[in-house]
Amino acid sequence: MPLVLNEEQRLLRDTSREFLQRSAPVAALRALRDERNSLGYQADLWAEMAEMGWACVTLPEAYGGLDFGFLGLGCVLEETGRTLTASPLFASAVLGSNTILFAGTESQKEHYLPRIATGELTVALALDESHHHAPADTGCTAQCNDEHAVISGRKVFVADGHSAELLLVVAEDQYGLGIYAIPENTPGLLRERTVMVDSRNAANLTLNAVTVPLSQRLGGTEDCAAALEQALDRGRLALSAEMLGLVEEVFERTVAYLKEREQFGALIGSFQALQHRAAQLQAEIELCRSVVMQGLSAIDDAPEQVPLTASLAKARLNDLAEWATNEAVQMHGGIGVTDELEIGFFLKRARVSMQMLGDTAFHRDRYATLSGY
Amino acid sequence: MTHSSATADAFRQEVRDWLEENCPQSQRQPAVAADQFWGGRSGSFPSEDARLWYERMRDKGWVAPEWPREYGGAALDAQQARIIKQEMKRINARTPLYGLGLWMLGPALLEYGNTSQKEQHLPAIVKAETRWAQGYSEPGAGSDLASLQCRAEEHDDHFLVNGSKIWTTAADRCDWIFCLVRTSTEGKKQEGISFLLIDMHSPGVSTTPIELISGESEFCQTFFDNVKVPRENLVGELNKGWSVAKALLVHERKLMAEIGSDSPRKVVSPREAAEQYLQKDDTGKLTNTELRSQLADYDMQMHAIGLTHMRCFEERQAGVRSPAPLVMKYLGTEAEKTKSELLLKIMGSRGLGWEGDSFTDEELDTLRLWAMSKAMTIAGGSSEIQLNVIAKSVLELPQE
Ligand SMILES: Cc1cc2nc3c(=O)[nH]c(=O)nc-3n(C[C@H](O)[C@H](O)[C@H](O)COP(=O)(O)OP(=O)(O)OC[C@H]3O[C@@H](n4cnc5c(N)ncnc54)[C@H](O)[C@@H]3O)c2cc1C
Repeated sequence: MPLVLNEEQRLLRDTSREFLQRSAPVAALRALRDERNSLGYQADLWAEMAEMGWACVTLPEAYGGLDFGFLGLGCVLEETGRTLTASPLFASAVLGSNTILFAGTESQKEHYLPRIATGELTVALALDESHHHAPADTGCTAQCNDEHAVISGRKVFVADGHSAELLLVVAEDQYGLGIYAIPENTPGLLRERTVMVDSRNAANLTLNAVTVPLSQRLGGTEDCAAALEQALDRGRLALSAEMLGLVEEVFERTVAYLKEREQFGALIGSFQALQHRAAQLQAEIELCRSVVMQGLSAIDDAPEQVPLTASLAKARLNDLAEWATNEAVQMHGGIGVTDELEIGFFLKRARVSMQMLGDTAFHRDRYATLSGY
Repeated sequence: MTHSSATADAFRQEVRDWLEENCPQSQRQPAVAADQFWGGRSGSFPSEDARLWYERMRDKGWVAPEWPREYGGAALDAQQARIIKQEMKRINARTPLYGLGLWMLGPALLEYGNTSQKEQHLPAIVKAETRWAQGYSEPGAGSDLASLQCRAEEHDDHFLVNGSKIWTTAADRCDWIFCLVRTSTEGKKQEGISFLLIDMHSPGVSTTPIELISGESEFCQTFFDNVKVPRENLVGELNKGWSVAKALLVHERKLMAEIGSDSPRKVVSPREAAEQYLQKDDTGKLTNTELRSQLADYDMQMHAIGLTHMRCFEERQAGVRSPAPLVMKYLGTEAEKTKSELLLKIMGSRGLGWEGDSFTDEELDTLRLWAMSKAMTIAGGSSEIQLNVIAKSVLELPQE
């Protein structure tokens, strides 16, 4: 399984980097925050990203995708992590589209996926109900008859939940775990955007007897639990790739500062106390890079390894993101805690990523369980 | 499938078949210290099967698979050598021959030695006729190796060596020692160092063992009192020994980095120990949640380290430069310490036995290895020195 990028993947990484640094640097996120942008991302930027094919990198060709593989997608996501770019790429084109890919019937896939692939349709997965990721505990319910499903409950921390046109809502029903595709304006669906520390998009949903045709249930009358787990693991690995990019960027900026800031008549990077802390971070970054690449490659080549590596990746990246962003602030001194310096944006985004799709405790526990202890 | 992966698969099958036929069953189990064969004039085989296994591997050239055939190797490439290693690991095959000659001096001689040095020493290493010691550290020169003082005075056809070396592993059982000696006191301290091969049986060489916290006396202090060393035993140029030493250090670091994931001395793993010494609930979960977390953390660390070793290899094959190899010694040896501490916690008081029949051999071995694990982050460039190297070579941070 490849742990190095091939020529095409490197090219994709380089072009993504160039595009994002130019069109969507951290300053763009700051602008969205400061103007309290209601969409939470730049619509024209998303159109350009979709134009370049980013929304369909991994989708099978049958649904309008490029079938380029997750290692390739990882290159793009890593770059969006470096620039903290807000867009529906993760929530819609990764988490949403893979949920439909695994859980949907053939006609549902044909109906939704090609439009997600072009960026024309955005979707969001509504799963969590409490303040910790716990996919096994769903309180939301759906009452089904032959024609309709009536869905009630509450969802929190739904990435892009306020802006997506289609919500994929997870609910217990008579068939097991159901996932319902609910259009944004369906009566009884209330969306409340939550203003989070990372200035990105999340929402809480309230579903008061939301009624949809049973045909909106993904997979007909199949239990969707296994499909959901597969989609979540892809999401976890994709998010880990984004977090790797975030860490690399914040670390590079920190190392650059160590070579620039003088105190006691010396560059602070010459102090061994700081050197060793930076070197330890470098070592952990090397491990995390291997873990992320292996996980993404496993999606492409060895699906049986995905659950374990997804938990490995998310756990390690959670810890690294916390560590690297804290060190970044500390090593910048006073300027590190100002809003003017962009380091704070990395710190804040890291905390949201760390909670999304499972914190370290969740994934350590899952890793142990999958390992048989 | 690409051409190269098809040939690699064919080679793997060949290796698998050969090992199946030639590796005795008794040699397919984890080895404890007493099972290791180090060769040399004073070395003996731990068992008849160990002899058979070593001789077959030697005749096949797989004791040093990457060395040229004329020196006892099989002239294989890195990928093939790796396949042999992987296949041996798969069936738990023991390492047939241990030694610093094989791991460290050999590769350095291939790069820096002249033809007669290679002819004299390489086949003797593969044939297990000579066991080598490493003479780098001195009482006053550890991490700051270049400040070494052991002197070699030039005479017509020989050097006269005076001084001492410390921490020389197993020097009392070795036939030869490769040494860094001072041949000049002018200029930078790195520039007056030469690399000498010294016969331990020469008049004036003596050793004193040093007892360690593990109870073993693996180390010696080695003394040189007017030892005459023929001029042809100089490797590389006079006063240019530092480059040889640095090249050799790369092999040493790599070796030590792989200790955790590729241990020649396989003992019980924390996961196996947990099965044996901890309780599980009805769902199969360990009831001690704190140790369960620590075990998962350790397993994840080793998983990540294993993947990074693979990535290093793939990057080398693909000619991609990356910082990864430079962080592995630090990570691997630190993980080895974590593992030993975790094993003691899992075993509780059963992990604390020093000797006697109240404890199993495995338990006693675990404790001794715990003590030895402390040495791994000191030897071969301490963890602090590794971090200095990363800061300097990877991060390019300013030096004082
Ligand atoms: C198991 C084992 C096997 C060995 N085998 C051999 C052998 O066969 N042949 C041989 O020649 N030698 C051998 N050694 C010696 C080994 O190379 C030295 O122990 C090592 O280089 C450290 O030197 P020292 O012991 O003098 O410690 P010191 O250099 O005195 O170090 C003491 C402490 O200071 C720290 N320190 C030193 N310099 C710095 C710095 N610049 N920045 C930050 N911290 C620093 C160190 O990390 C350490 O924590 C062996 C050692 C061990 C433990």
